[in-house]
Amino acid sequence: MQKMLTLISNVYRLGNASKNVGARMVLSTRFFTDFTPQASFDIKKCELHRLEAGPSETAVLTREQGLQYYRTMQTMRRMELKADQLYKQKIIRGFCHLYDGQEACAMGIEAGINPTDHLITAYRAHGYTFTRGVCVREIMAELTGRRGGVAKGKGGSMHMYAKHFYGGNGIVGAQVPLGAGVALACQYQGNNQVCVALYGDGAANQGQIFESFNMAALWKLPCIFICENNKFGMGTSVERSSASTDYFKRGDYIPGIKVDGMDVLCVREAIKFAADYCRAGKGPIVMELETYRYHGHSMSDPGVSYRSREEIQEVRSKSDPITMLKERMLSNNMASVEEIKEIDVDIRKVIEDAAQFAISDPEPPLDELCNHIFANDLPMEVRGTNPWVKLKSVS
Amino acid sequence: MHFLVANEILYCIEDYCIKAFCKLRTSRSSLTEDRSKMASIRCFLRSGKSAVSVVLRREFSKTSPAAVQVNVRDALNQAMDEELERDEKVFLLGEEVAQYDGAYKVSRGLWKKYGDKRIIDTPITEMGFAGIAVGAAFAGLRPICEFMTWNFSMQAIDQVINSAAKTYYMSAGAQPVPIVFRGPNGSSAGVAAQHSQCFAAWYGHCPGLKVVSPWNSEDARGLLKAAIRDNNPVVFLENELMYGVPFDLSEEVMHKDFVLPIGKAKVERQGTHITLVSHSRCVGFCLDAAAVLAKEGVECEVVNLRTIRPLDVETIEASVMKTGHLVTVEGGWPQYGVGAEICARIMEGPAFNYLDAPAVRVTGVDIPMPYAKILEDHSVPQIKDIIFTVKKVLNM
Repeated sequence: MQKMLTLISNVYRLGNASKNVGARMVLSTRFFTDFTPQASFDIKKCELHRLEAGPSETAVLTREQGLQYYRTMQTMRRMELKADQLYKQKIIRGFCHLYDGQEACAMGIEAGINPTDHLITAYRAHGYTFTRGVCVREIMAELTGRRGGVAKGKGGSMHMYAKHFYGGNGIVGAQVPLGAGVALACQYQGNNQVCVALYGDGAANQGQIFESFNMAALWKLPCIFICENNKFGMGTSVERSSASTDYFKRGDYIPGIKVDGMDVLCVREAIKFAADYCRAGKGPIVMELETYRYHGHSMSDPGVSYRSREEIQEVRSKSDPITMLKERMLSNNMASVEEIKEIDVDIRKVIEDAAQFAISDPEPPLDELCNHIFANDLPMEVRGTNPWVKLKSVS
Repeated sequence: MHFLVANEILYCIEDYCIKAFCKLRTSRSSLTEDRSKMASIRCFLRSGKSAVSVVLRREFSKTSPAAVQVNVRDALNQAMDEELERDEKVFLLGEEVAQYDGAYKVSRGLWKKYGDKRIIDTPITEMGFAGIAVGAAFAGLRPICEFMTWNFSMQAIDQVINSAAKTYYMSAGAQPVPIVFRGPNGSSAGVAAQHSQCFAAWYGHCPGLKVVSPWNSEDARGLLKAAIRDNNPVVFLENELMYGVPFDLSEEVMHKDFVLPIGKAKVERQGTHITLVSHSRCVGFCLDAAAVLAKEGVECEVVNLRTIRPLDVETIEASVMKTGHLVTVEGGWPQYGVGAEICARIMEGPAFNYLDAPAVRVTGVDIPMPYAKILEDHSVPQIKDIIFTVKKVLNM
């Protein structure tokens, strides 16, 4: 009975596969609940700038990869929504820039580079902090300003770091020259690593980005400049901020690729191409990921004064990156509805546990206040609020 | 301030009289005669001015000022609105100032009222738009250039210092730069290291710049109007945490020509035992500390600097010579800060001989601003720190 139901449901799902853009299915006559080990998908062709050939137009996805991408993206999604909740409860304070809607960018990039490669981004960084290896507990505890946070509570939302992940940067555009500098170090040390330097459409007009482009091209730095174009720089749409909205062409003499940032496979293939290009010593490359953020610029921006709720709803229903991946996997029998549900339940537990930790972990101790001013230095004295308060600082 | 309003009115009367006199001139009267007649009219008016202004002052203090509650944000908004209306050459540019109504809503309603030409949304390019604003000032406009916070001005500081502050000097008076740079300065709540720095000392260091740091709504209103009317580059340091705080404003302050003099401090509270000198939000803390100390018999004189540069040393000296004790209070870092400058000036001036104890500074802790609440609270001067310091200085 079970097997028959599975067969029927398989046939039903295979029939529904036409929803996806030209997905080719691997048919199998099965009676057991085993899944397709891998499938090949046609992905959107990328617009190219100064490139003869671009990223692959088909992407192979294995079941394991699919489940891993799903799990990671869903974790990011739920983590951001939990952060939203905690912010409204005033447990998280200050600035909080949420990433929900843009998960495919962080996941796709991580899937296409090595853990030994480098990455730097701006303040909408929670997703990247996770993909670069920091666990949800430490991210959430940092948001709530506790000692268990990845920066011991001293950095907050915009200043989280990990190995080969340089934050988390608060000043718009400043992270791009930093990323080019990391790439310089990679070239200098000959370690065949690349640096991914991310910035937004709002930052794309910053002069320092063009200065970075120039030096990266001049010195052939292995730097992948990526513009995450979510169409708005705070409340300003791209049309109102940029004389040219072809962000992938803004590198001018640097080749560029325009990528569908809502499709994790598209992003992955593009970044693989870009990383190969850089590793071959051809110099930098610019990528534009077309994506969307569901939340406003930050938690103090409702996000509906400069765009309509209908627009947000439309993107959610038609282009959501997690839904897209899920539907691909289900319609190709790479996973079952139950399995996905199980993953969701598991993620919910992880997030709840992390939130619990983030709320109950104590705040940093006061003797931590002045530490980490200088590195590798002897302990020193730091002036407090008045001359009689002498605090201790340890490296 | 009564004097300044009266001043304006009297200049108008003077102008009118002189114009009327000119109309009455006959072709037979000689130029010298006319000039001396005009001079005597002027003298009459001027001697009468002080009498009239005294009368006006008395008038103002007699009539109970209709107090209206205005928070600092609205005071700034109204000041800009009035100045935009008064002078066509005034315009505002910055990130999100127009269609978003301002990142902190300080420019709410202005774009709707004045449109694209006078309220301009810029891309996120501080160096670029600050330079553009200074250039516009070179060519005769009177820009108000908003930095979303003063932290971002570091991206543009070359334009503020090298292009705005120094130009009048370098051109030997040929090129004035009537520009106002404004935005929130100093620490906020939970915005961490890159968004919490105080720039009073940085900009206060530079000749050619006027640097203003208002505390309450009256300061905000009067000083912003003065800054916009000033033909020099003015750095206007607001405070995000003060934006929502309401204060009572008298009818006189609400007058559309109300301006406060840049470079003049105000004694907010009279006292005899010790002088507290502060600026911006810390003035409120000083007043709170003074209220607590008063219960123990210590009367603090609280001086609100209002202007960082030019520094009103006279007011501080007069106060120190009265009380014999000085504590400066600021949110910024101690090293090379505003308090350090005040202490140095007191040392170098006549007030030093009146000090009964060394002058001391209360400042932010000498570290980048941490994020966690408990750490942030301990990184900025609190009321208890001011009270503690006062007692130490007074040997209590």
